[in-house]
Amino acid sequence: MPDRTKPVRVGIEGISYSLTHVPDLVRYGSKPLRELRAQPALRPQLTKHLRDFRAATAYAPHQVYIGNIGPEQLSDLATPWYENLIDGATGEGRFGDLVDQDKFYAQLGCADRFELVKFDEKWFRECAARHSTARLPRLGSPAEIETRCAKGALPLYSAEKLIGAFEQGHDEDANLVAEVLLENLATKVTAAHSLRSVLNALKINPGEIEYVISCSEEAVGDRYNRGGGNLAKAIAEDVGCENASGSDVKAFCAGPMYAMVHGASLIQAGIAKKVAVVAGGSLAKLGMKFESHLKTNMPVLEDVLGSFAAILTAAKPGQPSVRLDSVAFHPVRAGASPQAMAESLAERPLARLGLTLTDVDRYAVELHNPEITVPSGSGDVPRTNYLTLAALAVMRGQIAKSQMQDFVRARGMLGYAPTQGHIPSAIVYLGHAMESLRAGKIRQALLIAKGSLFLGRMTQLSDGCSFLVDRNDV
Amino acid sequence: MQRGKKIIVIGERDGVPGPVIAECLEAAGYEVVFQVTECFV
Repeated sequence: MPDRTKPVRVGIEGISYSLTHVPDLVRYGSKPLRELRAQPALRPQLTKHLRDFRAATAYAPHQVYIGNIGPEQLSDLATPWYENLIDGATGEGRFGDLVDQDKFYAQLGCADRFELVKFDEKWFRECAARHSTARLPRLGSPAEIETRCAKGALPLYSAEKLIGAFEQGHDEDANLVAEVLLENLATKVTAAHSLRSVLNALKINPGEIEYVISCSEEAVGDRYNRGGGNLAKAIAEDVGCENASGSDVKAFCAGPMYAMVHGASLIQAGIAKKVAVVAGGSLAKLGMKFESHLKTNMPVLEDVLGSFAAILTAAKPGQPSVRLDSVAFHPVRAGASPQAMAESLAERPLARLGLTLTDVDRYAVELHNPEITVPSGSGDVPRTNYLTLAALAVMRGQIAKSQMQDFVRARGMLGYAPTQGHIPSAIVYLGHAMESLRAGKIRQALLIAKGSLFLGRMTQLSDGCSFLVDRNDV
Repeated sequence: MQRGKKIIVIGERDGVPGPVIAECLEAAGYEVVFQVTECFV
């Protein structure tokens, strides 16, 4: 029988985050694609409000995302952040990076195993070839690219210049149209980039990875298994993890937290020694709120694909770890109200460990950047979630009502993640949590993610998953 | 007074879910003809 009195920890070797800046793919986000078809006159407005790579790099929330600025520093910076760019910002962070669009196109070409994409040869050799790490993609003349697009291929742009064509994978299958395959391939290459980055940072040979779990938001599949999955193995192949297999874990925005629990469980069970948990970016979510950004005359801020990769192993002394004995899932019977979620994902698992809500030094909730969501009327999502936790602490007599704002300030943070669904959902804080744990600034952090299952129209339920991260000191 | 009045309910994931609003309104006599919970992020 396992000893239930001792913490059960699985080590987090490291995590890398990436933001891939793809302004010319914003038009293919789910919302812009529909709106631009209905109102083509919006196109020049959208183009005018796209920002360049320099502005995306110097954007304070992105600098927090890649680890160059602590989330606690954001509240000291002048707002709006998009007008108060960080002087001297670089695209290389302490635990992440920003990738520009040319490099992304080169990665797309390298990762294409089905001759889906073809680039303008002259443009590619001038702008993207230096980023090619493997074989060159298919290249052609501008006339050939134009002909392919006229026949139905999806045009790829650099600024307003046509530079590539992306083909469909089947004549009749709606799940293999070019838009869907571009989404899937974009997810694959951004996840692969983060996995390469974390392996390089940790000096781990890709061959050491035994299992890859992808918790990306795409739905790879068909003939006839929509969402059939295992993008994980495609990512493993792309990165050279030759000894790994893998599988996907899907749970809407809570996917990464479930994936971490699955990965940690494989380690704890002795099934694998090194597991990679990865997620690529969601192209469908680009420009999701672009209309409100145009109305308020601000840049279209949803112009980046977010990705991450974490490596899990048996816990070493002093190492930041997942506490498996703290893991909580949101059960069917729990109810979907914010209070019920907070009880299931924070109060009860903490009580199981003899802790109260005020014993946790830092909470990571859904850390959506409010600068993106507030103009559209979607509110400040992290603040709402922190207030729910604080209100629960008041109800339980752990703090006075007058201390709610202090609770939010001390144990919460401002949101800084792009609205990429799975990426903001707590996992985005893990890199900062690991640094703060190593430095002794916090004793533990509770990561809480929620998933909106009702969006798939199969259930009215919400969902969620949480766990503590701390140092393996005892 | 509310009996028979038709109502549409839109709930929000981080606020009040649709089924909860619908249950309260039905108890007050409204006829909920459509309810949904949405996630805006």
